[in-house]
Amino acid sequence: MARLNVNPTRMELKKLKTRLNTAVRGHKLLKDKSDEMIRRFSVIIKENKRLRDEVEKELSEVLRQFSVARSVTPAYKAETAFAMPSVALSVECGISSIMGVEVPDVQLEESKKTAGLPYAYPEITSEADYSVECAVKLLPKMIQLAQTEKAVRLLADEIERNKRRVNALEYVMIPQLEETIKYIKSKLDENERAAVVRLMKVKSNG
Amino acid sequence: MTGKMAIVGDGDSITVFKAAGVATFPAESDVKAREILRKIAKEYKIIFLTEELARPLTEFLKRFDEEPYPVVLSIPSKAGSSGYGTEVLKSAMERALGVDILFNN
Repeated sequence: MARLNVNPTRMELKKLKTRLNTAVRGHKLLKDKSDEMIRRFSVIIKENKRLRDEVEKELSEVLRQFSVARSVTPAYKAETAFAMPSVALSVECGISSIMGVEVPDVQLEESKKTAGLPYAYPEITSEADYSVECAVKLLPKMIQLAQTEKAVRLLADEIERNKRRVNALEYVMIPQLEETIKYIKSKLDENERAAVVRLMKVKSNG
Repeated sequence: MTGKMAIVGDGDSITVFKAAGVATFPAESDVKAREILRKIAKEYKIIFLTEELARPLTEFLKRFDEEPYPVVLSIPSKAGSSGYGTEVLKSAMERALGVDILFNN
């Protein structure tokens, strides 16, 4: 490992010792952070998997059912019936933090909940009504999934970055500092010995 | 902060969500979907995208991973799930942990 290019003086030694101290402390903190993030991550990713399996299963079912139901109605009639939905869903978007990583926190707004279906056309079959109802019911779960999945991705990125920092400290920064400190120490000792020898020689001559 | 939801996909798969009150943007190809996403990414907070369109746009979708919003979620279309969502999950897990803790295969 290459040592840093510094003058072997007491001043530098002192500075480097402080830096080493900071680096070691930072390394420990980052390592703890990494451990905790990984623990949280594994909890979230399990939740994500469960949600995704559920949503995929239910959504495929809803879509399949809807396409069957819709095929009964002539296409143009269905289009006009669905073209102007009377409700507009909105979501409340907040931001929460997992270990300093900003993740979305989404809530479906319930305020505009109206009784019945968002359209009123006699052409639409009850099967289609049913699948629309299912879709509405499925939406909160889909939003939940969207939120969790985003959190997983953001957290994965952050864990990767953090790991890089920990490794840089552990395998580059700290060894480098240790080696430089050792070098300066030996250089200083060497100087001291030289001084002693010189003194002894001067004394014996005089 | 209040946001809106949108869904991008092929016509048949998204009609049911139009009735449910989600803004719909039909897109037949991934090129079209990319254009739409560019346009609506600022306005809509949650965007659902069908798997068929999400798969070719994987690289493009990475740019949304920098910020909490917008949230882009791939969902199966009426043809059923192609396993794309699970793949994405798996790659995130492997990147972060280095091991597979969910699927074990």
